[in-house]
Amino acid sequence: MFAQLTQFESPPVDFFSLTPLFILVGGAVVIMLVTSLSPRPIPGWFSTAVSVAASAGAAVVAMVLWNDVRESGPYSTVSDAIGIDGFSLFFTVLVSLGVIATALVGDAYVRREHIAAPEFHALLLTAATGAIVMASANDLVVMFIGLESLSIGLYILAAMQFRRPHGREAAMKYFVLGAFSSAFLLYGIALVYGTTGSTSLIVIRERTSSLGAMVSPSELLIVGIALLLVGFAFKVAAAPFHFWAPDVYEGSGSPVSGFMASVAKAAAFAGLLRVVVVALGANEGDWAVPLAVLSAISIIVGAVMAITQNDVKRMLAFSSVGHAGYILVGVQAATAEGMSSALFYLFAYTFMVIGSFAVVSVIGWDNGHPIERYEGLAKRRPWLAGAFTVFLLAQAGVPMTAGFVAKFLVIKSAVAEEIYWLAILAMVASVITAFMYLRIVMAMWARDADVDDAPRLAVAPATAFVVAAAVAITLVYGIIPDSLIEFTRDAVPALVAGN
Amino acid sequence: MLELIWLVPALPLAGFLTLVAFGRRLGEPLAGWLATAAAGGSFIATVLVFIGLLGEDGHSRQFQQVLFDWIPLGSLKVEAGFLVDPLSITMALFITGVGSLIHLYSIGYMHGDEKFSKFFIYLNLFLFSMLMLVFGNNLIITFLGWEGVGACSYLLISFWHTRESAAVAGKKAFVTNRVGDWGFMVGTFLLWTTIGTVTYAEIGPAAHALTSTTGTAVSLLFLVAAAGKSAQLPLYVWLPDAMEGPTPVSALIHAATMVTSGVYLLVRLNPVLTDDALTVVAIIGAATALFAALSAVAQHDIKKVLAYSTVSQLGYMFLAIGSGAYVAAIFHVITHAFFKALLFLGSGSVIHGMHDEQDMRKMGALRALMPITAGTFIVGWLAIAGVPPFSGFWSKDEILLAAWEKSPVLWVVGLVTALLTAYYMSRQVFLVFFGEARWSEEGDHPVHPHESPWTMWVPLAVLAVAAVAGGAMNLPLVADWLVLEHFLEPVFEHGHLHHFTSSTGTKVGLAVVSVVAGLIGISFAAGAWLLRKISTNKLEPEFLENAMYVDAAYAKVVGGPGQKGFDMFAAFDSNVVDGAVNGAGRVVQMVGRFIQPAQSGYMRQYAIGIALGGLALVIWLLTGVV
Amino acid sequence: MLVNQFLLLGAFLFCTGVYGVLARRNAVMVLMSIELMLNAVNINLLTFGYLHNAVSGQVFALFIIAVAAAEVAVGLAIILLIYRNRASINVDELDLMRG
Repeated sequence: MFAQLTQFESPPVDFFSLTPLFILVGGAVVIMLVTSLSPRPIPGWFSTAVSVAASAGAAVVAMVLWNDVRESGPYSTVSDAIGIDGFSLFFTVLVSLGVIATALVGDAYVRREHIAAPEFHALLLTAATGAIVMASANDLVVMFIGLESLSIGLYILAAMQFRRPHGREAAMKYFVLGAFSSAFLLYGIALVYGTTGSTSLIVIRERTSSLGAMVSPSELLIVGIALLLVGFAFKVAAAPFHFWAPDVYEGSGSPVSGFMASVAKAAAFAGLLRVVVVALGANEGDWAVPLAVLSAISIIVGAVMAITQNDVKRMLAFSSVGHAGYILVGVQAATAEGMSSALFYLFAYTFMVIGSFAVVSVIGWDNGHPIERYEGLAKRRPWLAGAFTVFLLAQAGVPMTAGFVAKFLVIKSAVAEEIYWLAILAMVASVITAFMYLRIVMAMWARDADVDDAPRLAVAPATAFVVAAAVAITLVYGIIPDSLIEFTRDAVPALVAGN
Repeated sequence: MLELIWLVPALPLAGFLTLVAFGRRLGEPLAGWLATAAAGGSFIATVLVFIGLLGEDGHSRQFQQVLFDWIPLGSLKVEAGFLVDPLSITMALFITGVGSLIHLYSIGYMHGDEKFSKFFIYLNLFLFSMLMLVFGNNLIITFLGWEGVGACSYLLISFWHTRESAAVAGKKAFVTNRVGDWGFMVGTFLLWTTIGTVTYAEIGPAAHALTSTTGTAVSLLFLVAAAGKSAQLPLYVWLPDAMEGPTPVSALIHAATMVTSGVYLLVRLNPVLTDDALTVVAIIGAATALFAALSAVAQHDIKKVLAYSTVSQLGYMFLAIGSGAYVAAIFHVITHAFFKALLFLGSGSVIHGMHDEQDMRKMGALRALMPITAGTFIVGWLAIAGVPPFSGFWSKDEILLAAWEKSPVLWVVGLVTALLTAYYMSRQVFLVFFGEARWSEEGDHPVHPHESPWTMWVPLAVLAVAAVAGGAMNLPLVADWLVLEHFLEPVFEHGHLHHFTSSTGTKVGLAVVSVVAGLIGISFAAGAWLLRKISTNKLEPEFLENAMYVDAAYAKVVGGPGQKGFDMFAAFDSNVVDGAVNGAGRVVQMVGRFIQPAQSGYMRQYAIGIALGGLALVIWLLTGVV
Repeated sequence: MLVNQFLLLGAFLFCTGVYGVLARRNAVMVLMSIELMLNAVNINLLTFGYLHNAVSGQVFALFIIAVAAAEVAVGLAIILLIYRNRASINVDELDLMRG
């Protein structure tokens, strides 16, 4: 009944194309081996240095590959299971930059919170590997493995703050809900596999497209698509699958929250774009409107819930839900323009949110992040307050910031597809959320705040560097977005078979 | 060398950024020297670009450098780019040249000020913005520069903001300029919607597509913009008050450069301007020139005289534009920049020497004590009074000739203004440098007038040379000597540059009349203020001292019925608009409270959310019904 | 082979698992319910693999089993953390963060 398995022929592997993955995993292995085998304790900065170097190396190799791809076109390797195209390399660069930023911010954080530095950095690297695998997957099995390496890394990262009850609770909630939603995603994958007969995204696209409609029964495929949407919507924290996000962001360490909101969200969007939008593009009629509705709900819930919060971290969490909604505006348009606008948004948002959480991590006290803590920050730490103001204004979509360009592009892509209701909703909601961001800004710059008894804030040089770089990126791409727009246009996903 | 254009604004920007970061640490006088070096470097870069431009053929002297596509969205394509052509390079040459001198001067003038380095931050930022305004290859970039120079102007007017009057003057400049900015924005938008471009190189060829009505509307909107920036009737009120700023600021921003950006804008947009609009420009210019000259006659403050004089001279420039004599307008912009900067810096030197005394009634006989200041000031006076062969004579003469050919009435107004100009400037010189000393080295307010340090008098000397010789760039004696006109001509390819038609006899006759008018003004002033042969009792009527009460009338309207209107708007704003906004906020909060229980903190409830959401999606996708 | 019946079995197991996650308060039971859902997926994959006469379904199932093991290890560690501090693994007691 089964095909004869007499001889297993290993597929040809283009190892150079996979170098970014090897470098990242290698970095994690080096950190774990060196720190556990060394007779003397290894200082914390070693792990930071390794993870920064590994991510930087991955990013550099990705840029080299990017040049190849631009010259000779996208290709795939490992029996078409891994695709090397502008899309996967875009995410390789984005994720690597995200790891560098998180590692640098985390350096001071783990020291302050007495968290084991080697584990923190090794997990960052393995989670990042998973994220890149997701973005490069040309096969559902590979996609699943990428997703799980990302998720398992994140579960543990969330649990690293285990000395605090909030941290333990966050880890528990994230783990159970994450595994729960993974099961939905897997069930969806199984149904798609069952109806199309393959796990390869390329074959799936062939068989679902109208030319050779070899799908039967189609109802099962549709249920499968619905369940895939559940899984991805959970990972990107789109409402109504977002409930975990505020609690987990609040309870986890701030650098980890920033990592979840940027890298994990980006990877999940990469998976959504590759599997649903591209591979199942023929079924656009089935998923486009639901995605638009998810987007609308996320934008509304993000805006409304953020306003009622009094805790800055929770505000950022709900605003992250809203941002997922905005990115979905570009995704549901399902055009090249829409996808590149979503990529632009992800890139811009990554630095805004990592920067924001870096500031939050500096301000962090033992319990909670009530907005009152930020009163008078401008007096004590004018540069820090200024940077946070830039991040908040960018998230609010104020012109001359990357956030504005990002919002503009996604809304424009919706307008181009004549989905006016969503475009109008997105615009109105951005005005509402602006109120919430401005509330934090006003608190920081309030004149009459009493700051005499506030404790002194220490900003580590590495953290300061990340914040400054994020401000620079946010402003530069807000004023001259052209090069990044070009970059994202070249990064629209393509499913290509063969070398 | 044309590619070096980016350096021209980049150097002051670099100076600005460096000073922002390290200004306080550098302190006095290093911060000043750094800023001056940035300005000087920018001048050298401009000269290099100028030489590069001269290397090109006459009609291909147009070079664009696009840094990047700035707003590449939709049909509106805006580049961040520079346009180097005869017009922009001419403007830039004197902006950076005079600007560098004034930077140098400020090192001496601002000596001892506690905000020394901050002053140079603003000065460098101003220079950068002004160069963006001039070199921008489209209206949007120009507008950015326009706003930038405006912002620097407000900041510098109220530089000593602890003085109540300085803060008020800054606010006044801000509010008045908003009216002009409105004109700029609406004009830009109208231009874009009608001819689909805001890039100068494309506006020229496309301008003929404008209907005359639209063209006039666009022109008048930009006239509003220009009138705001260049202090024309009725928006001039902010400029006399702007003298609250430090004197180098008055010289740089409120005499030589920023206030002429309105002139630049109209000249730049010459293809768009229609004949009807030009007539309006000419009338406004002539009226402003006469009105401001009359107001200058009775001022006591040494800087107020110069301020009204600036408004009046700007009126001349508008008169030139209105007559189609764009070259004459730019010519006068340049000569005016030389002699008015010279006069302002000279007055600053006097104020400096007199321990911050600005009232001319308390000066006199300073000639011997401040010989360099007095000598250079006298050069400036002769230039503005239109005495040949000083530079002012040539540019003013050309404007009057153009006015004559437009309409003799305009010429008469211009001539009277010239007479008044000669009179009030002579009055100022005689009051300040001649006659008896009306101050004392003893008593309650002892004053010890002294010459200023070299950083202050070197710029005076350089500007004095320029004020004498500046006319040489456009001498009407021989056609080949009209260097400036031939240089600028390609800029007016798509517009209607006025070419003089009068016979040589008429030209000479008009010139003689205007020289005679100037001499009458000077003689009268000498009789009244130097020799004291004419009673001065009625020469300073209160009506003119208060600038015909226009300012007071504005204040009354704005404070009286206007206030009620504003109050009404404010009430509308606070009750209706704010009400709507707050109401919306309250609704949002209510909705938030309503759905907040969903975020219950219970993990199992969150799981229910996921499961139900998944179920809903499955049912919806299968049946199309939620 | 009875493809439909196996698919129905998978669906039934999956729903049982979902119910378990929603209804159980004991964290270990929740974890086991999630395992049940994953195994339902495995049954589906095997059935489909048989249907298409391909090994990829089985291979996928093996991957899931391996990953699930890793996931359970992490899950149990987190549960242990909770238990050490509270001497209880009732997930309903975890409600510090809400709103």
